Amino acid sequence: MLPHLDSAANLARWLLRNRADSEDVVQEAMLRAYKFFATFHGGDARAWLLQIVRNSCYTWLEKNRPSELATEFDEEMHKPQTATPETLATQADERRRLMVALESLPARAREVVVLRELEDCSYKEIGEITGMPIGTVMSTLARARERLRRTLTSSAAKEAS
Amino acid sequence: MSCEFSSTTVHGYFDGELDAARSVEFERHLEQCSECQATLEGIESLRRTFQRSNLYEPASDALRERVMKNVGLSSIGSARPAPYTRPWFFAAAAILLTVAAFATAFLVSRRQRNSYRITAEVIDAHVRSLQPGHLTDVQSTDQHTVKPWFDGKLDFIPPVADYSKDGFPLVGGRLDVIDGHDVAALVYSRRKHLISVFVWPERQQGEGLGRGGARQGYNWRSWQSGDMRFCAVSDAAAADLDQLKALISP
Repeated sequence: MLPHLDSAANLARWLLRNRADSEDVVQEAMLRAYKFFATFHGGDARAWLLQIVRNSCYTWLEKNRPSELATEFDEEMHKPQTATPETLATQADERRRLMVALESLPARAREVVVLRELEDCSYKEIGEITGMPIGTVMSTLARARERLRRTLTSSAAKEAS
Repeated sequence: MSCEFSSTTVHGYFDGELDAARSVEFERHLEQCSECQATLEGIESLRRTFQRSNLYEPASDALRERVMKNVGLSSIGSARPAPYTRPWFFAAAAILLTVAAFATAFLVSRRQRNSYRITAEVIDAHVRSLQPGHLTDVQSTDQHTVKPWFDGKLDFIPPVADYSKDGFPLVGGRLDVIDGHDVAALVYSRRKHLISVFVWPERQQGEGLGRGGARQGYNWRSWQSGDMRFCAVSDAAAADLDQLKALISP
């Protein structure tokens, strides 16, 4: 299971937005994974482990920062913008802006983006880890990407002016 | 013109999650729909931003140590050697490290460029094969038909086997060109996905290829077995490719 420790650490770091807290949760989740290894019936070991890590993160959030889980997407529709994040961003600020934009996403959208863009999971794997149907994975990802793009372009434009 | 596809389809397309038929259908639509083109451009730009930003945060050494201690595994290499105190040692070590770092950076960047080029070629070849009539030169689910077909067309014979009972039926084979050399391409199907497995004799260690990754929504895996280099590409899940790899090279 240790080969997937990086994946576990990365997911928890982005779900809790804090390294110290995430390390405590990962350690606990790894212990649980070892304990429950008997319930693992083959298949995708990474998805299985990430599912445990993800659930541990949500339990932790419910206990320590319940307000974060209440945040959902606002339904307000925005006019599509033509500028791509790239055309406005300069490399130096880009990373910081992306980090801020990612962290400002609701947890449920953030985890889908992290699993897809950083962990390179398929929709099926994301569904397995998060318990979402594939269709929900796809629509969540679509909205999250749209939101990220908007945040990136507007923050870049603000700093440029 | 309003778009007849749902606004999420373009994401499925970008992530390689549409089946081959729907993917082709959407590509045709994409040529005419400026809305979907703009969305696709946005997603691609975002992906590149992610790649440049490198936000992945792997486990820290401290965490690794803690977890290993916790699950009862002794950490490897935790015994520290006695500290060196002589100044010349530090000077020598610093010079060696600098030289090593530059050499590694040079080699790694050359390797990465190579790997980037070859994986791009391999993925292009796979994508090209999905166009109508390009998938297979010899279409057969029978390994005893596909294997002899390569005889005389290449200067090597690729290992061909059918894995129907494991969920990877053989669809056929074709010839392709990767990195300027003729290679064999075997086509397997996995549920609704098609997998191209490129095979060629290993010319140099590793062929400058990594072990696998994802590009343009396609997953790829590369490995060596015997004196052959294998490279599998598909829009199927990475786990499926790993499973096929285990079947081909147990």
